[in-house]
Amino acid sequence: MTTSQNNDHLAGDFYTQNFAKTAKDGNLILNLGPQHPSTHGVLRVVVELDGEYVMRAEPILGYLHRMHEKMAEVKTAAQFIPNMGRVDYGHALGWNWAFVGAVEKLADIEVPERAEYVRVITCELNRIASHLLWWGAYLLDLGAFTPIMYAFDDREKVLDILQIPTGSRLTYSYFRIGGVAQDLNADCIRLIRAFIPWFRSRLPMYKDLVSDNIILRKRIEGIGVIEPDACRRFGATGPVARGSGINYDVRRATPYSMYPKLDFVVPTSELKDARGRYDVRMIEMEQSLRIIEQALDLMPEGEVLVKGAPKPSWKVPKGEAYFAVEGARGKIGAYVVSDGGKNIYRTKLRAPGFCNLSLFAEVSKGTILADAVAILGSLDLIIPEIDR
Amino acid sequence: MNAIPAELLRIIIGLVAVAVSVGLIGLVMVWVERKVAGHIQRRPGPFEVGPSGVLQPLCDALKLVGKQLFMPNGADPILFWLAPVLSFLPVLLLFLPLPVGDGIQTLDVNLGLLLILAFSGLAVLSVLLAGWASNNKYGLLGAARGVAQAVAYEIPLLLSVLAVAFVSGSLDLAQVVKLQGTWPWNWNIMTQPLAFLIYIVSALGETNRAPFDLPEAESELTAGFHTEYSGMGFGLFFLAEYANMVVVCSVATALFLGGWHGPVLPGPVWFVLKVSALMLLMVFARWTYPRVRFDQLLVINWKWLLPLAVANLLLTAFFVKLAQFA
Repeated sequence: MTTSQNNDHLAGDFYTQNFAKTAKDGNLILNLGPQHPSTHGVLRVVVELDGEYVMRAEPILGYLHRMHEKMAEVKTAAQFIPNMGRVDYGHALGWNWAFVGAVEKLADIEVPERAEYVRVITCELNRIASHLLWWGAYLLDLGAFTPIMYAFDDREKVLDILQIPTGSRLTYSYFRIGGVAQDLNADCIRLIRAFIPWFRSRLPMYKDLVSDNIILRKRIEGIGVIEPDACRRFGATGPVARGSGINYDVRRATPYSMYPKLDFVVPTSELKDARGRYDVRMIEMEQSLRIIEQALDLMPEGEVLVKGAPKPSWKVPKGEAYFAVEGARGKIGAYVVSDGGKNIYRTKLRAPGFCNLSLFAEVSKGTILADAVAILGSLDLIIPEIDR
Repeated sequence: MNAIPAELLRIIIGLVAVAVSVGLIGLVMVWVERKVAGHIQRRPGPFEVGPSGVLQPLCDALKLVGKQLFMPNGADPILFWLAPVLSFLPVLLLFLPLPVGDGIQTLDVNLGLLLILAFSGLAVLSVLLAGWASNNKYGLLGAARGVAQAVAYEIPLLLSVLAVAFVSGSLDLAQVVKLQGTWPWNWNIMTQPLAFLIYIVSALGETNRAPFDLPEAESELTAGFHTEYSGMGFGLFFLAEYANMVVVCSVATALFLGGWHGPVLPGPVWFVLKVSALMLLMVFARWTYPRVRFDQLLVINWKWLLPLAVANLLLTAFFVKLAQFA
């Protein structure tokens, strides 16, 4: 290499230099991201490499921080709902629900039964879309180019369905305090009923073509083993915790809405590795179909928005409330404190991805770079949710 | 006219023909690959430019030529630009001893196979140079992978080729083809099925094609050894990849699939058909499988392909000797 040229730019910024201080001599410090194909957006991970082995990894956040919690302080409760669709573009309705649910709990608002079922149906559809997005992107991480096209083909159908009641395709703001914005019309219900058997017929194909593929199995089996103890320490939830054998699902642990009336199983896996998390998500899609099917049958006629639902100028009663729902990535929580004004005094959002990501530094230690990417993908991270 | 030897004239004409056909093959393969990938992925592939999008690669090539050539700060200017040229030029030489038809061969040399294997070894040098000279960490990692992979996969490739050479008793590709017959059961693949399998797998590894595209694994190393190359710098690597595919498939055709032999149709047509079939196989593999991990790649090579290739070679040698006594 020519030494006459200025190589200062290679020394890196504050984070890299700080990280490099404790690195062993001769090891390579590599910045994965913020622009890197497998960090799904703008996550940045600084890794210390010895050859191809990851000695240490440190995720660096903040590249997509949009001050959602601050925005909650300057907006009225109803005005804040659109923000929730933008926290996690993968499972926007789960976030809708967490915030709306917390406000309803605080103000003691009873939601009409039909609205609850509509929430369950749309939220589960959104969960399927989210898992499909993860599935396609994860296989892309593992070097398989084709599955994402099939996943997006299916996801497109879900988005087409959700477009009818919500009016948008990705960043939904569909839930209202006291119900939902619009009823599912006959057209929408017909499409959902058609989607269920169609998607069921696709899942075995995915199993045959992708899940049982020998290369895929060798890539994810035994990779990124997370002990249940570590999951508890880091507060991991959702498929990550269930993939490690922890039977924790908010829909069952702290039942809300109509979930107690619905029959579904919470899949867990004793494998604890990337394969376990993969399997859990694949089974969850099947279970979501079951939930939707039952909810469609049980759904009564009626209003979808409670009479006298809060207007934007509505004053939130004084007090505090916490409400959690099961999102596609884990436990989505919203904690609201109100001092009786129009704006909620403080809103704290609990993002499952943040806790799940914090496992990465521990799990990736000593793995090969390719495995580290496989582990990162198996945690199903949506960066805007982590940064908020 | 006596000033120019006939053989030299033949080589010059051959080289020009090869250069033109490599360019053409590159363009056609880009279109085929994108079209096949499209249909595998339930989309039409390119269809805007020309009928069924056949002119798409031309537009791509024009775009690549028009791009600014960029060199990163701190890169070694000579080695950086030498690498793509070095990846492409030896490939042209590889085409010289390929027997497309009976007597249709640019360079009729009795060590043709050796020539191909020797010059294809140069490809790894360009990968190493590209990764090293770019002054980029991803590039360096990609280059390290590329070298380890190429060195490893050359051995079973060589051993499987040797097995056929033993049977034929010649390193001349035309001679090897002549010894095979018209029908599939007269081809070397019937006597050397294991060598064929080893050859195809090693060829995927040698050409850095998915599922063995680790030096450029884009989900881990962004683009590996050619991360920093833009415009035609990248274009040459790209072209070299397709040209390399053609060479390994042509060699496989000549060694195992009877070369130009085939019923009814003329020889060169059969040759092109067989090469195309093998290339399609490689394209299918790329778009249907995930990528293997680096250590798995080496395990496949050292623990499976190499012992199998050695056993196959020893067995072949034994039977060849036996046949001589009989």
